[in-house]
Amino acid sequence: MTEIPKEEYILKCTSACAGCPSSLILRYVLKAAGPDTVLVVPACCTSVIQGIYPNTALNVPVYNVAFAAAAACASGMSEAFRKAGKKTSVIVYAGDGGTVDIGIQALSGAFERETDFLYICYDNEAYGNTGMQRSGSTPVGARTTTTPGGKTHAKKDIDAIVAAHNPSYLATACAAYPQDLFKKVGKALSLRGSKFIHVLAPCPPGWRFSSEMTVEMGKLAVKSGIWILYERESGKVTINGPSKAAMIKPVPLEDYLSGQGRFKGISQKAIDALKSQAEQRAKHLQKEAEGIC
Amino acid sequence: MLTIATGNKAVAAAVKEVRPEVIAAYPITPQTEIVEQIAEYVTSGELDSRYIPVESEHSAMAACIGASITGARTFTATSSHGLAYMHEMVNWAAGARLPIVMANVNRALGPGWNVWAEHTDSFQERDTGWLQVYVSTVQEAYDTALMAFRIAEHKDVLLPVMVNLDGFVLSHSMQSLETVTPGDFVPPLHLPHAIDVTNPAGYGTLTGPDEHFKFRWEIEQAMRKSVRVIADTERDFAERFGRQYGVAEEYRYEDADVVVIAMGTLGKEAEVAVDLLRNEGVKAGSLRVRWLRPFPELDLSGRDIVVIDRDYSFGFGGVLAHSLMAKSRIEPYSVIAGLGGQEVTFDDIAGFVRDRTPGSETWFGVKGNV
Repeated sequence: MTEIPKEEYILKCTSACAGCPSSLILRYVLKAAGPDTVLVVPACCTSVIQGIYPNTALNVPVYNVAFAAAAACASGMSEAFRKAGKKTSVIVYAGDGGTVDIGIQALSGAFERETDFLYICYDNEAYGNTGMQRSGSTPVGARTTTTPGGKTHAKKDIDAIVAAHNPSYLATACAAYPQDLFKKVGKALSLRGSKFIHVLAPCPPGWRFSSEMTVEMGKLAVKSGIWILYERESGKVTINGPSKAAMIKPVPLEDYLSGQGRFKGISQKAIDALKSQAEQRAKHLQKEAEGIC
Repeated sequence: MLTIATGNKAVAAAVKEVRPEVIAAYPITPQTEIVEQIAEYVTSGELDSRYIPVESEHSAMAACIGASITGARTFTATSSHGLAYMHEMVNWAAGARLPIVMANVNRALGPGWNVWAEHTDSFQERDTGWLQVYVSTVQEAYDTALMAFRIAEHKDVLLPVMVNLDGFVLSHSMQSLETVTPGDFVPPLHLPHAIDVTNPAGYGTLTGPDEHFKFRWEIEQAMRKSVRVIADTERDFAERFGRQYGVAEEYRYEDADVVVIAMGTLGKEAEVAVDLLRNEGVKAGSLRVRWLRPFPELDLSGRDIVVIDRDYSFGFGGVLAHSLMAKSRIEPYSVIAGLGGQEVTFDDIAGFVRDRTPGSETWFGVKGNV
C-alpha cells in the first residue's frame, strides 16, 4: 500500500460543486507535492474553487494567471527559483480548455525549452467554469451548451502532442484512482525537466450524472477502455494495471455513456466513432508498450 | 566609459549593469538588437541571468510575471504587434504590482506591414497602470533604462515601467554613449509580496465588487507617488553621473511666445526647428514630454502651442494634444505627423509653427485635411 500523507493542503469550505473531481485530484496532487510547492492556475474551475479574496482554501501559494499564460508564467517562476538556488516545485494546474485550446502555445513553448515544472491538466472535457461549452477535449457525440446536438469532432489527442515534445515524464491518471495519481505526481516531481500528467475529471454537473457517482464514472471510463492509464518515460510506455485488465476484458462502452446526460440521444455513428478511437489508441499504446513502435 | 552605440545596444548595456535575474523575450523588428545583445551577454558570461527565449510576446510578459512574483528582477523588450499581442499580460503585470521593466521600440501597427516609428503601439497601453517614458537620444535611452529599474522597484511605486524609443530613428542610430557603473544607484529589489512557501497566500484570487476597486485605487496612489520618486531618482542620477532630463525637457522655453511640444526623437528635431525660427526672429521654444504616465502637470498659459502627435486615436484626435488640452487647458495647433516613420524634418516643424492655426488639427502631408 502506498503511504499517503495525512497533511491536507486543501482546507475546508472550498467553493467546489458536490462531487467535484478537480478538488479531489488536487487534494492528492498536493499530498504528493508537499509544502515546497507553488501552483500556477489559469482561468478554470480551480480559480473559483480556491475561494474569494481575502480568503483562500489552499495551503500552498497559488499564482492565478490569465487563461493562455500558465505554462509561460511557470517558466519564469521556475527559472527564478532555480536561479535563487531553490528547489520549489512549480506545478501548473489547468483545465482542458486552458491546456488543449487557449494555453497550447505556451504549453508547447515551455516543453520545447525543457522548463523544470509539472503541468497537470484536469480534463472534464469542456469549459466547466463558464457553464460547459465545448472544448477541443470534448469527445465526439457529447452535448455541451455550444454543441446542443452533440459534438461532431473527435477529442484532441493532447497526449500525443505533448509526447512529441519528448518530455521527461508523461502520464495519464483518473480522479477515481487517487493512489495511482499520487504515485505519478511523486515520480514526476522526482525528475528534472518538463512533466505532464493528464487526469480525467468526471464532472457531475457538466456530464450530467448524480454527484455521488464521480468515482464510479471514473472507474467506468477506465474499465471501458475509453480512458487508458499509462506512463511514458524516456520514450518507454507502460500501461498501468487497471487499463491492462480493461484491454483483456472491457466493460461495454454503453455502460459508461448511458449514465451521463451529455450522451443522451447519441447517434450510433458517434458511438462507433468513440469505440473506434478507443480501440486505435489502445492498439497503438500496446504496440508502444511492447516496443514495436 | 565613452563609446558609441545604437539606441538598442544602449538599452542592452543598461540592462547588463542592473543584472536582472530573469529576462524573457521574443524577437520583433526593430527591437531584435536588444534581445540579441542580451543573449550575447548571457552566453559570454558577462551577464549572469536566466534568459528565456519564449515563443511569443504574451509568454514573454507571462514569464516575467512568474519570475517577478518570486522577487526576481526582470526585463523584457518588444515593439508594436508584440506589445499588442502581450496586452493582456501588460495589464496583469501592473495589476499584480510587479516592477517589471520593458523596453518598447515604437513602431506602427498593421495593416499594411510597417516597421517604422509611431507611438500608437505604446499609447494603446496607457491605461494599463504602467509608467511610460519616451527617450530621444542613445544616452538618454541608457540613462533612462537604468533609472527605470530604480523607479519601478521603489517601495512607493512597485509598478512596471515601459521605456519607449523610436524605431530605427533611435533604435538603429549610432551616437556617443557614456556608460556608468551604477553601484548602489539601483539597490537590490525587495518585493514585499513575493511568494513565500512558508507563508502561503493566494495571488490574483477571485476578487468581488466590494474589493476590486480598492486595488485599482492603490495603483493610482502609487502612480501619484511615482511623481516624487521620478524626481528624486533624476536628482540622484544627476548628482552621481551629471545628466538630468526632467519630466519634460525644455529648450529655449523661458521667453518663448510659441512652443512646440512633441515626444521622442521628434521632440529633439523640434529643437533644431526652434534654432531656425529664432534666427528668423520668432521667439520659439520647445518642450519634449518624456513621461506619458504619470502625465506631467505643465503650466503652458500665455503661449501659442503647437503639438506634434506621432499617434492618433481615431474619432478623437492626437492623444498628446488632447491630453494637454484636458490637463493644461490649452487650445493648441494639433499636427499629426511622423506616422509609420513618415519623415518629419526640422524645416517641416518650423513650417508647422509658421502656419499654425490654434484650435485646429492638421495631418502633415495630407492636402485639404483640416
